Amino acid sequence: MSENLPQPAGRHAPPSTVGLPEHHPRRTDVDPRAARRAERQVSALFVVGMLTPIAFWLEYVYIPRDKIVVVPFIGPTSASNFWLGMTMGLGLFAVGAGAIHWAKKLMPAVEEVAERHHLGGDPEDRDGAVEDFLDGTENSGFLKYKMIRRTLIGALATTPLFAVPLLKDLGPMPGTMLRHTLWAKGVRIVTDPSLNPIRPEDIPFGGLVSCVPANLKKVEDQAGTLNARAKAPVVLVRLRPEEIVAQQGKNWDYQGILCYSKICTHVGCPTALYEQKTHHLLCPCHQSTFDLADAGKVVFGPAARSMPQLAITVDSDGYLVARGDFTQPIGPSFWERG
Amino acid sequence: MLLLVVGLTVTGGLYAAVTSSGSASASSTVGDPQQITKGHALFLEGCSSCHGLNAEGGTINSPAGPTITGPSLIGVGAAAVDFQVGTGRMPLSQPGVQAAAKQVIYSQNEIDALSAYIASLAPGPAIPTADELNYQNADLAAGGELFRTNCAQCHNFAGTGGALGGGMYAPPLKDATPRQIWEAMLTGPESMPAFSNNTITPAEKQQTIKYIETLKTLPNPGGMALGRLGPVSEGLFLWIVGLGVVLGVAVWVGAKSS
Repeated sequence: MSENLPQPAGRHAPPSTVGLPEHHPRRTDVDPRAARRAERQVSALFVVGMLTPIAFWLEYVYIPRDKIVVVPFIGPTSASNFWLGMTMGLGLFAVGAGAIHWAKKLMPAVEEVAERHHLGGDPEDRDGAVEDFLDGTENSGFLKYKMIRRTLIGALATTPLFAVPLLKDLGPMPGTMLRHTLWAKGVRIVTDPSLNPIRPEDIPFGGLVSCVPANLKKVEDQAGTLNARAKAPVVLVRLRPEEIVAQQGKNWDYQGILCYSKICTHVGCPTALYEQKTHHLLCPCHQSTFDLADAGKVVFGPAARSMPQLAITVDSDGYLVARGDFTQPIGPSFWERG
Repeated sequence: MLLLVVGLTVTGGLYAAVTSSGSASASSTVGDPQQITKGHALFLEGCSSCHGLNAEGGTINSPAGPTITGPSLIGVGAAAVDFQVGTGRMPLSQPGVQAAAKQVIYSQNEIDALSAYIASLAPGPAIPTADELNYQNADLAAGGELFRTNCAQCHNFAGTGGALGGGMYAPPLKDATPRQIWEAMLTGPESMPAFSNNTITPAEKQQTIKYIETLKTLPNPGGMALGRLGPVSEGLFLWIVGLGVVLGVAVWVGAKSS
């Protein structure tokens, strides 16, 4: 009724582009000298494949392991590794290339059509399979023994209960661990990794010091883990007081020395790419950028929260100390944080 | 730009020629009045157009308001001068986000004189002595720890440098001499924060330098180092060159023989 309906097969001749292209004989098919040359080329490639393992062995024995060669574009590199790799690569490639060259130049190049066959099995095979299944059902008595059938189904249904107590081992839950760090009132800020206490006058304008709490080493030794270190690192930077636009708390600095967490609020990388001219702290992982002169707020990148600031002062000996713990969880957001 | 570079090179070359025939044998200790006078003359000729006639810093009035042409050099110390001029960063060939290391156009003698002049203006970080730079007996493992804590974020774990924000960058360390590394830590050039001798002690600076010097001598275990920039460069190389070779072979395998 409509012209858009599929037309019955055979109404139209197939387009002329369908079908096999015209057969052109290769040079090796018509010129015996070309065929002879191709034969020699294939053999030469196989000979390379034959000789390279011997060269490989000689190189393995005679090139000292610590010898360095300077290779163009690669630079100084281990001579042994370089030559072993080159020889093995050449040998394996030569065998493969010889096989392909053989197929392309000398094996028959006549186009052939292979029709697709039916994918399903023979009707007899299929009937046989059904018969076997029914035989099995009958012989096992699965239908006959009702009690066995039901208890088996019950056993299979309760198997997953094994996994439930094992889930407990995913714990214990972190509790308040994610909200607290080692920083507390009066904890000295010491350099990482040398653990030296710092006086305010040690930090020049534009200076940066990577720091940890003084009690970190003891806690690490006791716990035997790096969990405390994952949360505690901070950076100290010194700005001229007039450069500081805002802080997270009133006078949390000490004479222009600001203390910020080193742990990125995106996914927790240590961020210590500090550009002293712009006061930006960059995270090397995903380029989150925090403006330390402006309360650590995010100026670029995927981080969603400002870098937490730690309030600092000096103790009676004149060393920099924390005025308390961070007032917010450091590092990346987590489910229960809200 | 080219003209400027040629001009600067010629002036510097002439200067070197003139001064080497002059008072080359003069002692070059910092604070030597003769050095300071010579440094002052060099400063007036080569640096004052941007940094001001008295090194107080220079500004020009542009349509956008007063623009700083060069910061004040009072109190930057001899170490900053030795680093900036000794790596060719100064004199600047053109304004930009960051001064790049380039050909050094002053002789070490002239750099010493410039350093002496700037150091005479106000106290500042001094050029490290040969004794301070003797890192041979420093603890290499401690240096590695210091490097990974303080340097690797910007300069890469293998010291090959890396990108910062706004077109700025941390340069590779392969051409930096121990003296330049020390001076850079002490003075904090460009974006780099300063690491004073109280937070990274001289002994720790020696350890860090020893680690960097050791890094420079390490060979590549095999294959191309690709700047040791990590999986991104390796992946890029593999996708472009490796896959390119594989595609080339595939095309050859599939092509009809003539």
